[in-house]
Order: sequence, then C-alpha cells, then structure tokens
Amino acid sequence: MTRHNPTSEADACAIVAEAAAQRTPLAIQGGGTKRAFGRPPQFESTLSSSLMTKVTLYEPAEFVISTEPGASLSGIVRLLAEHRQELAFEPLDYRPLLGSDGEPTIGAVAAMNLSGPRRIAGGAARDSSLGVRFVNGRGEAIKSGGRVMKNVTGLDLVKLMIGAHGTLGFLTEVTFKVVPSAQRVATLCLVGLSDRTAIATLSAALGSPYDVSGAAHLPAKIGGGARTLIRVEGFPDSVEYRLGELRSLLKAFGTAEVLADGTGKDLWVAIRDATVLAEPRDKAIWRISTAPTKGPDVAALIARTIDARWFFDWGGGLIWLACSTASAAGAATIRAAIRQAGGHATLVRAPEDVRAAVDVFDPPVKAIARLQTGLKASLDPAGIFNPGRMFPEL
Amino acid sequence: MPIAFPIPDEAVLGRRGEILTGLGQLVAPEVLIISEDERRAFETDALTAYRRMPLAVVLPSTTTEVSTVLKFCAQNQVKVVPRGAGTSLAGGAIPQEDAIVLGVSKMNRILDVNFENRTARVQAGVTNLAVSQAVAHEGFFYAPDPSSQLACTIAGNIGMNSGGAHCLKYGVTTNNILGVTLVLLDGTIVEIGGEHLDSPGYDLLGLIVGSEGQLGVVTEAVVRIRRAAEGAKPVLFGFDTSEEAGACVAAIMGAGIIPVAIEFMDKQTIEIVEGFAKAGYPLDVGALLIIEVEGSDREMEAMLARIVGIARKHNVRHIKESRSATEAAAIWKGRKSAFGATGRVADYICMDGTVPLGQLSNVLKRTGEIVASYGLRVANVFHAGDGNMHPLILYNVNDPAEQAKAEAAGEDILKYCVEVGGCLTGEHGVGIEKRDLMRFQFEERDLRQQMRVRAVFDPAWLLNPAKVFPLDNRLTA
Repeated sequence: MTRHNPTSEADACAIVAEAAAQRTPLAIQGGGTKRAFGRPPQFESTLSSSLMTKVTLYEPAEFVISTEPGASLSGIVRLLAEHRQELAFEPLDYRPLLGSDGEPTIGAVAAMNLSGPRRIAGGAARDSSLGVRFVNGRGEAIKSGGRVMKNVTGLDLVKLMIGAHGTLGFLTEVTFKVVPSAQRVATLCLVGLSDRTAIATLSAALGSPYDVSGAAHLPAKIGGGARTLIRVEGFPDSVEYRLGELRSLLKAFGTAEVLADGTGKDLWVAIRDATVLAEPRDKAIWRISTAPTKGPDVAALIARTIDARWFFDWGGGLIWLACSTASAAGAATIRAAIRQAGGHATLVRAPEDVRAAVDVFDPPVKAIARLQTGLKASLDPAGIFNPGRMFPEL
Repeated sequence: MPIAFPIPDEAVLGRRGEILTGLGQLVAPEVLIISEDERRAFETDALTAYRRMPLAVVLPSTTTEVSTVLKFCAQNQVKVVPRGAGTSLAGGAIPQEDAIVLGVSKMNRILDVNFENRTARVQAGVTNLAVSQAVAHEGFFYAPDPSSQLACTIAGNIGMNSGGAHCLKYGVTTNNILGVTLVLLDGTIVEIGGEHLDSPGYDLLGLIVGSEGQLGVVTEAVVRIRRAAEGAKPVLFGFDTSEEAGACVAAIMGAGIIPVAIEFMDKQTIEIVEGFAKAGYPLDVGALLIIEVEGSDREMEAMLARIVGIARKHNVRHIKESRSATEAAAIWKGRKSAFGATGRVADYICMDGTVPLGQLSNVLKRTGEIVASYGLRVANVFHAGDGNMHPLILYNVNDPAEQAKAEAAGEDILKYCVEVGGCLTGEHGVGIEKRDLMRFQFEERDLRQQMRVRAVFDPAWLLNPAKVFPLDNRLTA
C-alpha cells in the first residue's frame, strides 16, 4: 500500500491523475481520527492532507478564512480566538465517541459537514462554506465559490463537496465565513421534564425573539437527572436581559436556573460531541435528524422494540441514540421509525462488520440514487475516491 | 456586444403545431397559452432590453401537471424555460423561440405552517412576501428579502439563490430552505430534504438552490421561518464621502457588531430616491448608510450607542433614528424603491458583483471612473455588509449606441470585481446577462466540471438551455 502525502495542489493533481489512470482506489485521510466512521472503505493507497496545513488567507475584518485541508481544527479555532472570532457552526469532535486520538483537520470538518449545537441558529458547516478548491477524479484542480459572502456565479459545487465524505474529490482549500465570538455565553437549565414537555419547552424558547443558540434535552437515563438546556449568547447586557425574559416565558414548564458559566460550557461540549453516550463502548451510536416535535415520538417508537438510551439536541430535531450492536444495530427498527416521522438516521459508531453490512446513511430512493451515481461519475469517473465509504455503489 | 441568443431550431419551430396539440392533450385548455397576444406577456423578464416569443406558455397548477409537461418535453426534445414571476434582472427567465415557458405562478398556496418546528411548506409560485405575511400574525417571518419580494416567487428565489437586505444576519435562500419537491426532466418527482435538518448523501438541495432552473423544476419547498426580534430600528447615517461610509462599515463589523442590515446609497441614488419616495433622506451628503438593529428597546439602544460611537469617529455628518413604525417604513421605502425610482429617471442596467469588504471603496471609485469613461452616469446602491454591489448604469434604451456602452461598462465593472477577489453575481444570478463573462471568473476546467454536473440532470440541455454557460461550450457527459 502506498501512502501519498502531496505538498501542493499541483502535487495532488499528479497523484490523482496517476491513480485514475491505474484505477487505484485512494482513501482520503486527514488526521485519521474518524477512520471508524462510515462504511469501511476499500482502498489500495491513501491520499493524505498531512503536509497541506497552511492557512492561506485570514482577513479578520472581512470574517473570512481559507486554509489547506490538513490544518488542524484546534489550530484554526485558536487562531480565530486570538481575534475574538469563531466558526459559527461549532464543529463536533468525533474522538470521544470513536475512541480515536490525533488531530481532527479542517478538511474533515468540511468533508463531513460537521456541525454542533449551534446548527439551529448559525447553520451547518455547509452554510458557512464560501468556497472550495479540490482535485477531481480526472486530476484537475477545480474551484467553486470564493471568499465573498454572497456568490451565485454558476452551480454551487461547494455544497456538493461539503458532506461528500471525500467521495467526489480531494479538497485542497476550504474557505469559511467566521463570526465574532460572543462576549457572554449563558445557559438556562430546567430539571425533571419528560421528553415531550422538554421539547415543547425548547420549541417555545426557539420560537421566542430571544435568539436561542443551543436547545438540548438530556433525559434522566443519561445520568444526573433530566435536564433541559437553553443557551443564549451575545453582549453581556443583552444576554442578561434575554435570560430574564426566557425564564418568565418558560415559567409554565418549570423553573429555569442559570448554570455557572463553566458548567454550562462543559455541558455544551458534551452535547456537541455526544460524550454522554460514549460509554459503554460496546454500544452502537446513531444520529437521527427529524422535525423537532417528532423527536420524542421517534425515540419512544424505537424504544418499544429495542433497548436504547438517547438525548436530544437541535430543539428535539437531533436524536443521539445508543443501542446494542446486535440485529444490525437496530437499523430496521430505527429506519422504520424514521420512515413514519420523516428524517434520516446515520450509524455513527459500530464494529466494522456491522458498518459493512448496514447502510450507514439512509439508502436513497431510486431517482436520488441515480442522481448520486451520476454525480459521482461526473466528478470521479474512475471511481477512485473513498469507494464505498458513503454507500456501497458510490 | 449585445447578448447573443441561440439560433432557434427550425425543426422544432416546424413542429410547433404538433407540439401544441400534444401538450393540449395533456393539460386543460386554461393551462396552455398559445395565442400571440397572451404569449407576449412572457416574452421577457426584468431584463426588458431583450425579448423572444416562446413557442407556448404552460401554467400548471399541480406538481403532477408539471411532471406530465416535462416528460412530454423530454420525449419530444422541446426546450423548457422555467419561470416564477419573471422578475429576473439577469434574464434568467427570458424565453427563446424554440422553447416553451413553464410558469409556476398558479401554484401559489401556503400548504402548511408549523410554528413549533419553525417551518412552512409552500408551493413554489407563492410570492416571497406572501410567506412572511402568512406567518406574521405569530410574529414570524421568512428571512430572505429581495427588493422584488412583493412580486418574486419562492421558485425564482430558489432558482437564483436570492438574497436581500437582511441576509447579513439571516443568510440567503440556501440557508433558509430545508427541502424541495423537484420534478426532473423525465417527469420523475423527487423529495429532497424535508422538515428536518441536513440530508444523507450528497447535498442535492445545495446544488438545486441557485441552479437557475437547469436541473429540474421546483414545485414545492419547505422553508425555515423565524420569530422576528422584539423590535427593529433602521437608522440613517450620512457621510460626506463614500470612502468615509465604507470605512465606517468596516469598523462596525470589525468591532464584532453584525447589524441585521447595512445598506449603502451614493449621492446619485439618494437624489433619485428622495425625488420619488420622499423618504426624508438628507440631500447634502455624499453617501448614506441605512443600518438596522434589532432586539428589545434597551438592546437596540445599547447597540446603536456602539454604532454611533464608531460612526462619529468616521466623521458622520447626519444621523436620523426612526422613532416610529411610520418613520422606519419611510427609511426602508426609500431603499426598497431605489430600483423603481431609478427606472423613472432613466433606463438602467443593474449590476450585481460582490467584492471583499476591504475593496468596497476602491471598487466604488473604479466603478465611477469606468462609467464616466463611457460618458454615462451611475447610481450605486447596495448591501455593504456583505460586499454585494449594485451599480445602476443609466442610459437611454432607445439609443443602441448607449445601450452597447452601458453593457460594456457593466462588463468592465464585473471583471474588476472578479479581479479584486470577488464574483460576477451575488444574488441576481448569471442568466443570459453574465453568461459570456463566466470565463473571467472560472477556468475552462471549472466550467467543464459544472457542465458535467448539469448534464447529470439534463443530458440533452433542454432545461433553460441558453443561460449560465457560454453558448459555444456544452458538455453532455
């Protein structure tokens, strides 16, 4: 097996062109922290971003940063913090769940569209992505988008690349919009609510004019008693005011206490990375997206058939669920529940044989599958990038 | 160079009778528009300098009808120009003689509103403003707000990935759409996304939004609705020069303040707008900013105090806070009527380049020089917070020489936007207008990749075929 470590886009183009000519499948790697995510790829060589780590442009006054894909996420976060800025989408870190170590890269954040609790207010990674450069399966360097906030020039291939899990090309540069960091972050907590009441509470908070930027519910089974969490961020005087208004708005649901800043901050990291479900490690982990008010129904429906623990983020719209890896990690039950409610489920953690046998992402209907196969062929005609990682046929 | 249209396919023109008969068997008589008089209403969009009479116009009222019509067109190799309300300034919905126009304006119902989930399912022909109006009684709104929002449709917004004044805080169309019902050219109806966030597989929704009707026809959409802030207040800031106004914008954002909107108008625009809208704009300034803040009264006051402090450091000459809903409406009325007001003074073409914020002053200056070099005048009005510039180049539409000059000046301006790191279009789309400039922003291989992606959906190039990509350059695989 060959390990390719290009140092430049031109370098990567040559490697890919050669691999395409030879029809040699390439596994694209960043920091290698998420190898245990997705279907086990079939590859002969790896194409690593480890030597492409430069920040190519950072204009704090213009809220834009461009970097090579191998730049570490922690490095980018630190650099932005020096200018009191951050990524709006609060990228999640899969290391605690997957039990991996090493440094997550910004390329993987883009390739996997990794978004955290602020997804509901600040959008997903794809919403902050202004531009990409990538090498397609023909070994050509392609650019889409750019560095400006609004751009509708031609087809938006940026969106196509974000979340494609490296199956359509090798990213060589990603450009993100960034936002000013909030001066104050505060969290309200209501205790003892049932799933249904909790989601109603979160809907009320999110439907208020008080700019809620985090809305999660940790049921009692997670440990520490049921906690319903609402986050507000901004200028200190504004946060103070909104906390007060939210507390009185939510009175009917219970008493909302303001958590100590440190406690609140730790909790949001735990929710972002789903660390509250990391143990026991032999359990499979699912990430389920549905309409927020459907969240409790979906969880209850699944729990009728399989033994599971779960919590809610995104106001109820994101369910993190842990269950046994037996019976294909409960895939049939989970997908049946989703078919009823609308949404989709992703198998985030399971042993390799389970991930090879189960659809990690919801299998698409025929027409969508045809479009996806067509897109794969148009960008990667020789089928060399991460074959089989998302779907068996891609 | 006037914008070229493809030479109509004689074979298709010759089959017109047969095509109309075929369509007539598939849809009700009121859906199919054949007479020349009635077709005339569809021969152009808001790029009125260009017009072509379509073969026929079809105005279906259901997704199934759209599917039937597209399937027929695919089987009979008839080109289709999808159309919302026809407000495209880039000629995105301009027909051609050998194509039918497929308009979704009759599909204009709000199907479902869910305040708890903060979503609405709407038919694609509903107007942008109607969505906000339908949810306003609960204090909600739909965020993207193009200036044409009274008339333009969600279908067109999705086609062009439209923006508006409030996108600085709330994002553009792609950030506010959760799902669509899309009819593919072969008639297949697919649901992409839904009432949930994100989707498995490739981001087809992201690809559809902004694809200018070349990948399929959107008939329904699930949009995000948001609860409006407690209050909103636009404030006018007048400066002696555009440079000072531009520097002030940079300083406000540099301080970590992202207002809901920052709109810019130059002297020419202020005069034109004030003459029409009587918005109370000061006439003794060189540039005007409308900065809108939101929140509770106390929050707005605090934020305004910060903004005013910064503006004073940048020699602000005039500050006018709106003190009532009427005053606020007047301030926005001026801005929102800028295009219409300009149209009363002269014919114009509206450019739509986006530039990095640090280049705003420079590009404004260069725009003035370029337009002057052609002996024409320009009015600048734009979304300063996200660098999306709208120079309106004034000319006389009845003078072909002036029209050519205006188009040449526009081209020079857009090329300059690209040169300084920006793009050809921020929210209006490429359409026919900027089609031939695509090579200035993209390498040939970039365009080829986009065209290959396009061909996955429409290998025969039947959907809105003469838009976006240079006419001499088509790929089918």
